[in-house]
Amino acid sequence: MARLLGPDGRRVGLALLLLAACVLPFLLSSYRTFQLTSALTYAIALVGLNILTGWNGQISLGHGAFYAIGAYVAAILMDRFGVPYWATIPVAGFVCLGAGYLFGLPALRLEGLYLALATFALALATPQLLKWKHLEEWTGGVQGIVILKPDAPFGLPLDQDQWLYFFTLAITVLMFWLARNLLAGRIGRALVAIREQPTAAEAMGVDIAFYKSMTFGVSAMFTGVAGALGAIVIQFVAPDSFTLFLSITLLVGIVVGGLASLSGAIWGALFIQFIPNVADHISKAAPWAIYGLFLIACMYLMPTGVAGLLRAAAARLDRAPPGP
Amino acid sequence: MEAFLHQVLSGLATGSIYAIVALALVMIYQATHLVNFAQGEMAMFSTYLAWTMLDAGFPYWLAFAGTVALSFVLGVAIERIVIRPVEKAPVLAVVIVFIGLLVILNSVAGWIYTYTIKSFPSPFPDRTILGGYVSAHELGVMAVTMGVLALLFLFFRFTPLGLAMRAAAQNPVSSRLVGIRVGWMLALGWGLAAAIGAVAGMLVAPIVFLDPNMMAGILLYGFAAALLGGIDNPAGAVVGGLAVGVLENLSGAYLVGTELKLTVALVLIVGVLLVRPSGLFGRVVVSRV
Repeated sequence: MARLLGPDGRRVGLALLLLAACVLPFLLSSYRTFQLTSALTYAIALVGLNILTGWNGQISLGHGAFYAIGAYVAAILMDRFGVPYWATIPVAGFVCLGAGYLFGLPALRLEGLYLALATFALALATPQLLKWKHLEEWTGGVQGIVILKPDAPFGLPLDQDQWLYFFTLAITVLMFWLARNLLAGRIGRALVAIREQPTAAEAMGVDIAFYKSMTFGVSAMFTGVAGALGAIVIQFVAPDSFTLFLSITLLVGIVVGGLASLSGAIWGALFIQFIPNVADHISKAAPWAIYGLFLIACMYLMPTGVAGLLRAAAARLDRAPPGP
Repeated sequence: MEAFLHQVLSGLATGSIYAIVALALVMIYQATHLVNFAQGEMAMFSTYLAWTMLDAGFPYWLAFAGTVALSFVLGVAIERIVIRPVEKAPVLAVVIVFIGLLVILNSVAGWIYTYTIKSFPSPFPDRTILGGYVSAHELGVMAVTMGVLALLFLFFRFTPLGLAMRAAAQNPVSSRLVGIRVGWMLALGWGLAAAIGAVAGMLVAPIVFLDPNMMAGILLYGFAAALLGGIDNPAGAVVGGLAVGVLENLSGAYLVGTELKLTVALVLIVGVLLVRPSGLFGRVVVSRV
């Protein structure tokens, strides 16, 4: 019997997940497809934040800022320069890589709590910066920028929502593949070593300054790519979409999904995408009350998140004696 | 010159509010070495409690005192129930719990009181004094700040309980050996912080109006003030608050305009953390690894 946690079990699980992801848009309404697309963009952003906070232990309460930069880069390129939507995504990624690296340099001197403070300030300042009148020519000020939804190319028999879904799915798979390759080897181990024992890591030859600032950059790149995709999917960017609460939403995603877990990013993304939909019926404030409760409850009851729970469940099934 | 003086004076008035928020932050930092990200929302929630009492027809100062007392109790309760289980957890877990608290308080306030903006009365007369340079409310805010600082000084300097709290913060193990209940001292620190925060909320609400998100910017400036003054020093926090208030007003009037206020705070926070992490009056902490 294939073990759930063995390499075969994982491969089968991944194949099933991908198969489901490919079939779903043909079964669901276009609104549900749109929601799934936006959950995928969240998943990419969560991978970014998780690399920084989960693996490397640098707390960021301001990743909404990088999401905003990615979104605005994509929107401005499409709106002002007529760049095709697919070409804006790598540009957004590179701009955020640079921005994250630059913010990571001073952040090197800040540990734990103070980094949280600095990024908290960044999150609060972002909407105001986007509204700044000297940037208005580019950002469109409070009104923001409206962009057009792309059509499926090559005459594929897909409607706009379905095409965008598959486009996003392809990029999500690519980004997860990149993240896995980055984290499964030497670099991933160095990141964890820095999180757990910085002094010991340094003694073993890990260049802490380089790794920490690069991690900030790479993390911002993932989040920026997600931001660009998010802008294309929602077809609109405006300063008030990128408040502190976006950064907190991302934090909720990695905590509920599972810190330092790639599959956790998917569970977290589904959680932050669909819980507000369910809770909105109770009250406008209810989704946030639920987010808050989950944040605290996860820290007490399941610090490894949904991914950790699933792993524990699979391990238990593996250990169970084979049936008759 | 007159305009300049006016800017400085009104900067001192807003600075006083930052100073009170910074004092509340320092209370918790001193006791637990944690920065309370939920401080602003706690103050906001207290202000709503005050609004409820005023709405029910209580006279202002009775509502004021009632709110401070109630906030103290709530602060102690939050420490006992929410913070205590993660006392020894890594920083990340604690920050996440703080953010959870922030979100819960914000949404509960929005749920109960809705997100519409409410006006909140000032206890001080509605006129300007000192030749039109400051309003009575601004002067009142400064007086209350100084009063709070003086009370805290007297409490920590001259009462056995204040001494016990300082001891528990400085050396928990020895304090426990001489019979101080260290856990309760931390809870008292939270209670004090909540009470001080309530004062800040009630003083700022007449200026910025009451809504669930009113404290975000003020908390940010409170952080900047606490860091500038040295996050373990109450008097430093007040000086930091006043300095940050003046700086904010002057940069708003002469440099960048008022639209980038929060960015000014961001630059201040990152700047202080990089150049002088212990602040102007803080203790430089050296640790062995």
